[in-house]
Amino acid sequence: MSTTAANTIERPSALSRFFRGLGLLRESPIGMFGAALVLFWVTMAIIAPILPLLDPLAAIMPFQKIGAVAPDGTTFWLGTDDKGRDILSRVIWGSQRVLVWASLATVVAYFFGMLMGVAAGYLGGWWDEVISFIGNVLLSFPVMILYILIVSYLGASGINIVIAVTFASAPGIMRIVRGLILDLRTRDYIAAAQTRGEPAIRIMLVELLPNARGPLIVDACLRLGYTVVAIATLGFLGLGLPPPDPDWGLMIKEAVPLGSFAGHMMVIPALALSSLILGFNLLADGLREISLRD
Amino acid sequence: MLILILRRLGSMVLIMLVVSLILFAIFETDKLAVAGKVLGPYSSTEQREIWLEENGYNQPFFTRYVIWAGNAMRGDFGQSLQLKVPVSQVLWPRLANTGILALCLFAIMIPLSLFMGVLAGMKEGSFQDRAITVFSVLTTSIPEFASATLLTAVFVFGLGWLPGTSSMTAGFSFKELVLPVLVLLLYDFGYITRMTRASMAEVMNSQYIRTAILKGLPYQRVIMRHALRNALIAPFTVIVLQLNWLLSGVIVVEVFFAYKGFGKLLLDAALFGDIFVIEACTLVAVFVAVASQFISDIGYTYLNPRIRFS
Repeated sequence: MSTTAANTIERPSALSRFFRGLGLLRESPIGMFGAALVLFWVTMAIIAPILPLLDPLAAIMPFQKIGAVAPDGTTFWLGTDDKGRDILSRVIWGSQRVLVWASLATVVAYFFGMLMGVAAGYLGGWWDEVISFIGNVLLSFPVMILYILIVSYLGASGINIVIAVTFASAPGIMRIVRGLILDLRTRDYIAAAQTRGEPAIRIMLVELLPNARGPLIVDACLRLGYTVVAIATLGFLGLGLPPPDPDWGLMIKEAVPLGSFAGHMMVIPALALSSLILGFNLLADGLREISLRD
Repeated sequence: MLILILRRLGSMVLIMLVVSLILFAIFETDKLAVAGKVLGPYSSTEQREIWLEENGYNQPFFTRYVIWAGNAMRGDFGQSLQLKVPVSQVLWPRLANTGILALCLFAIMIPLSLFMGVLAGMKEGSFQDRAITVFSVLTTSIPEFASATLLTAVFVFGLGWLPGTSSMTAGFSFKELVLPVLVLLLYDFGYITRMTRASMAEVMNSQYIRTAILKGLPYQRVIMRHALRNALIAPFTVIVLQLNWLLSGVIVVEVFFAYKGFGKLLLDAALFGDIFVIEACTLVAVFVAVASQFISDIGYTYLNPRIRFS
């Protein structure tokens, strides 16, 4: 092992390449700011269980303002809602919930979108016609209407939201992947693989897809943001993740009628949501800027 | 050109057919469930059978589909289960209300976003360019119901300038339109601005603009006569396609402000399970989306001389 390692140029490990990529982001201040926002919420979501937070479901004291202190000395840093639950705790646990479901939905949508795109792009012919037509049909629905149709038909649950996001996002991903594959399939290494007699499925998944990842990372970042918006919007419309677990969209929905005397109840989750989406959008902008540079 | 129009029309009709077939299959394959929805959960199976027989539901699936699609094309979508009136009686006034909203929005958004986009794209990298770009990313990043929440907190509960709901119960009022239009405007104008900026920047970097400037033409004239003509082709398609996004956004905004429009009708129907209203609203929405795609494709081809004359 040691002798061969000395003779070959070592490929940097995946981890070190990842950190070098992050280092490149330093050149785009806007991208850095976006990354910081996203990182903040991801960290919050991960460390939520070990933070000294109050129980997000426990009714303690209703309608406390920001920074109010209870008689027993507990501070409600962001106040409490109409049912007496601590808003700080609900916002942070809500970030975990929305991020987990949004990531899951985006991954599933990518799985199907990439499969469809690579099949349409590489196999061509009827495959391309049929897959592209299915994509066009799905894309002709305004997105929100597709979400509402699917979730109201199947019932509001996490899994059904994943299904709805997959139907709404996979066609868009399919189009991008198809375009990339149409370009990549003319390369020499694909001809080499075909000459070696590799099966089509191996060429598609091992040779083509990994080489299409660059633009897909930027798109995934944007799409993750859209998915967070979609989940929160469905929550707001009453079709989201079921209560009582904290959900940003539902928090806003419940707070709006009470806005005249408990404005913090609706402003805080709205700010949390906006900052997370802004983070995703700026990060995607920064990544695109860097990828265009070299 | 004619072949292109015919091809686009063909694919438009095909998509409408497939979408309507999918809708019909989802909501009306299970006949007994339809009868149950119409007659209520406490109706007996015999009652449902009789209703199915009376309303011609015992024909083969495709016969039913053709009748249903024919009725839909004539504007007959059946009876709303929730409102107990023909769907067309609620659908068209609601669409008109949404149309008013959209008209106000476009009347403000198009001039504003084109102006901002041209201003930003005129001098790439300048302060005004950076300021406009950052501002448009910022406003586009805030989801509609979040910005609606924040604006309501400020203008309704904070300053008390505007009403928080737009149900127009006391007749039409422009004041109630301000917040819905503002929310949609903030969300949508950024995209057109960025498209206009990109298109303008590209034109400004082209040879003929450099020639015009070097030839000594006044800067204003270069912008107004030479650059704008070509720079505004791409934004045109984006503006028309914006209709598709608007149909999504309008649902959230109408629900938030209780505005009696098309989006609220659809959501109420979806929450209630009012299948005939859902079908009608979805068909109309998909039609608007597909038709705007058609117009933008044809318009782009027509406006762009490089495609028109090739």
